[in-house]
Amino acid sequence: MINEMIFMKGYGLYVWSAFSFTLISFVILYVLIKINLVKEQNKFIAKFGLLDKEKIKVAKTQSTNREILLNRTSSKI
Amino acid sequence: MFKFFKTNKIFAITSKAPKYIFFIFVIILSIGLVEALFLSPEDYIQSHSVRIMYVHVPSAWIALGIFSLIAFFSIINFIFKNKNFSLIAKSLAPPGFVLNIIALVTGSIWGKPTWGTWWAWDARITSMLILVLFYSMYILAWRIFDKKEQVNKITSIIAILGVINVPIIKFSVDWWSTLHQSSSVKVLSETSIHPSMLVPLLIMTAAFSLFTLLIFLMKYNTELIKIKNKGLDRL
Repeated sequence: MINEMIFMKGYGLYVWSAFSFTLISFVILYVLIKINLVKEQNKFIAKFGLLDKEKIKVAKTQSTNREILLNRTSSKI
Repeated sequence: MFKFFKTNKIFAITSKAPKYIFFIFVIILSIGLVEALFLSPEDYIQSHSVRIMYVHVPSAWIALGIFSLIAFFSIINFIFKNKNFSLIAKSLAPPGFVLNIIALVTGSIWGKPTWGTWWAWDARITSMLILVLFYSMYILAWRIFDKKEQVNKITSIIAILGVINVPIIKFSVDWWSTLHQSSSVKVLSETSIHPSMLVPLLIMTAAFSLFTLLIFLMKYNTELIKIKNKGLDRL
């Protein structure tokens, strides 16, 4: 039964390699995009930390800036 | 209508959505994989090699759909000059590119046991290869050109030229004699694929669509934060 699932009458190598290639591609793309996202979030937080009080007030008036600060921890899937 | 496309309104949704989409994607993909690899029947001619269809066909469908969307948003951006549309188009490109590569590679793997060759210059495969070149040019253009207006113009031209290839890919099997069979899944007429194979195919298509949405949202958020980073520099 298990042998049949793995070898698939001689087609196993083709089937498993096609599925593996797809899933590995998905993982690589996800990791690359995630790394870039976290990098930009960290850059934003670092820059935000360097602002003086007045500039922080101005920056916080924009809702997108507030969302970035709010989601920095929760977005780490 | 364009009020909806304001970045602050969109970001409120796009920043929270990925974690939920990731969760649903994992569930749907798991069901799809069990169906595609173990529960669906083997084909009476192709035997178990038919299972490659469950990754090959959804990736090809979605790669085509994404490029059509990129062209659509590029045209709208060209007309209305709304930077959000170019951002959406730019964020759609990475999943489209990867799915196009997956379609070509899994097609090649499927070709060996079915046709006896890894590659053939048939109309469908060649036109898919041309599409991957357009995807590459589109992504590279965003990396190479710095000026906003210049990059918008060049990427829009690439998308509009590339979309001409989409109907060629779709109808290549009808227009020319190719190794590919004609479409089995049709929207307007009766589908010739058996439900025992159609169901896993649709589940895998749903899983791939969710993955596309997930990557798109993450890329879109990255691009928005990049813009906001530049905004902080200007304060």
